[in-house]
Parts: sequence; C-alpha cells; structure tokens
Amino acid sequence: MHELSIVANLFELLEEQAKEAGAQKITLVKLKVGVLSGVVPELLQTAFDIYKKDTIATEAELIIETVPLRLLCHQCHQETIRDDIVFTCAHCGSTRLEKKEGTELILEKIELEIDD
Amino acid sequence: MTKRKERLVLQDLLGSNKKIANEIREKLIQQGILTANLLSSPGAGKTTLLEKLAKELSPAYRLGVIEGDIETQRDAERIRAQGIPAWQITTGGACHLEAKMIGNLFPQIPPDLDFLFIENVGNLVCPASYDLGEKLRLVLLSSPEGDDKPKKYPKAFTTADCLVITKADLIPHLPFDPAKVIQEALELNPQLKIFTISALTGEGIQDLVAFLLQQLQELRSSHA
Ligand SMILES: Nc1nc2c(ncn2[C@@H]2O[C@H](COP(=O)(O)OP(=O)(O)O)[C@@H](O)[C@H]2O)c(=O)[nH]1
Ligand SMILES: [Mg+2]
Ligand SMILES: [Zn+2]
Repeated sequence: MHELSIVANLFELLEEQAKEAGAQKITLVKLKVGVLSGVVPELLQTAFDIYKKDTIATEAELIIETVPLRLLCHQCHQETIRDDIVFTCAHCGSTRLEKKEGTELILEKIELEIDD
Repeated sequence: MTKRKERLVLQDLLGSNKKIANEIREKLIQQGILTANLLSSPGAGKTTLLEKLAKELSPAYRLGVIEGDIETQRDAERIRAQGIPAWQITTGGACHLEAKMIGNLFPQIPPDLDFLFIENVGNLVCPASYDLGEKLRLVLLSSPEGDDKPKKYPKAFTTADCLVITKADLIPHLPFDPAKVIQEALELNPQLKIFTISALTGEGIQDLVAFLLQQLQELRSSHA
C-alpha cells in the first residue's frame, strides 16, 4: 500500500503550491491517474481522506480522473486506446507500440481560496 | 474578501523520486556499474538467486548487494556469507524501496564495483512504481506462485526488462504452464527478456550470467 507515501508527496506539493499562491485554503484537488500508474484510485482516496485532516486541504474535495492506455503504433502510425492492458495495435496487430498516456500519476490542478 | 482561484499544476507525484533515481543512474553508469533491481513476491527466490550469482561471478567480478526488507538483517548476512559486501535497508514497515534510500547509501558503495544488485522488498505491487536508478529491472516469478500472475501485476511486468521464472525444478510437480506465463508476460511487455532458472539444479543460470555480462559490456562500451 504505497498510496500513503504517494499521498504524503502530494501534500508536500499542495503546501508548496498554496504558499506560492498565497492561499489559505485548498478546496479542490484534481489528479490524473493512468490505468498503468501502479496505484489504486480507491486507496488514494482513502489515504487522502486520512491525510488531509489538519492540513491546508482539510476541506478539499479529491477528484481522480482515470486515464486509459493510449498507444502509438510504430508500424501503421495509428493510435489505440484501451482500458485493459494489452500491448497490441488494434489496427495492424503490431507490438511495436509507444505508451503515450496511461502510466501517469499527476497532480493536474487545484482550487484555492485567497484572502485579499 | 475571499477569492476562489484555479491553479494548473501538472506535476508528477513521483517526480521527486524520479529525479533522484535519474541522478543515481547517471552516477552508476559513469562509474561503469551495472545495476539491477530485483522485484518479486516474498519467497520467489531473490536472495537464493543472488547467492548463486555471487558464486558464478565473484571473484572475477566485483559485486555489491543492497537488501531491502521491512525488518531484519537476514538477507544481507546471507550475501555477506558469500564474501560479497551487502547493505541492508530496513524500511520499518514501508512496502517498497525509494530512490532516496539508495541515495543515502551511495557514499558507502565502492566506485569500482562491476555489478550492484538491489533486492527490493518482497511485493509485486508497490516496488513497481519506484525507479531506484537501476539500469535493469528483473521481475522474478516462482513456479509455485501459479501461471496466472503477470496480468494480476501489470505494473511490475510492464516496467521490467527481464522476467525470471524461478524454481524450474518444481515445474514437473505443479500445474504450472511456463508457456502461458511467457505469453501473458509478452502481451504486457513485448520487449521482455525471459529466463527460466533453478537455483537448486543450476538450470538456466548460465544464460542469465551471460546476459548480465553482455549488459555490463554494453554499458561500458557506450559510456567509455
Ligand atoms: N525448489 C527450489 N527452491 C528454491 C529455489 N530458489 C529458492 N528456493 C527456496 O525458496 C525459499 C525462498 O527463497 P529466498 O531466496 O529466500 O526468496 P526471497 O524472499 O525472494 O529472497 C527458500 O526456502 C529457498 O531455498 C529453486 O530454484 N528451487
Ligand atoms: Mg530475500
Ligand atoms: Zn499498427
């Protein structure tokens, strides 16, 4: 269950971001999680809810967008999008594929409250 | 007045680990050290394979081993008994090694090693997300674990360079079909190099040794 250490990293980033923006509060956190990111979204959610208490993001909502695998074929140059994890081109069957999306684990954006 | 503001961040949650890992990889490659990170579930035979590799490669080649475990020095002691320097990292509960743990050990690692092996914490899930600065990632799957495992642990198999099927000596006694494992693993990762070994009988060990030596040579000729 490495989701806890990942959430710890997330909160380091959140503190940094809030400080840079001069914000008092974070109200929304949006992550992009690839199907091949190696983390379980439900476990991230649980870890987030535990971790957020008494932080700048106590009241924040967490939104996790799951990103399917997007593969670029080096044979026919077409793209395949899949929710399962099979590395064959849907168009020509080639296995010479480049992962364009689906492995990421990204803090995409946040919403902040700033006092004037 | 309180204002609401949206802020685009676009930062990798594992970015700090990746940064440290890349620094470690660069240094090790510059020193001409081939580094391999071994992943498997507990008991698949990582330490036994390392003992075997120590016998095969040492003293002609200089080896070092980093042992990752939640508790105890046991695996490091097994490696030291082979006359190989070993450094134990006890994570105290954490289910994986992180690059900064390897970074902390770095000053102790002799710069004239040929091979540095890292035995990760026994777990096929969490360690897969953490680059440790290795050149090669080996995932070990032992025959008693069953032939349905690759697709259950896709991250480990898609990020590995090699699949090592261990305990081949037990295959005749088990409902384990190596062809099925190999097919599933290649569907996840068509580039995977596959070895089938037994540390008990020595089957397949020479192929793995030859591969490691060839990798060492390649690393040195491309970074001479
Ligand atoms: N039959 C058989 N047993 C093995 C082999 N390799 C390791 N073992 C046994 O598997 C158990 C776990 O091995 P170990 O190397 O400690 O696994 P680790 O947890 O992955 O480091 C030990 O009892 C080993 O003796 C093998 O090739 N064949
Ligand atoms: Mg071990
Ligand atoms: Zn194609």
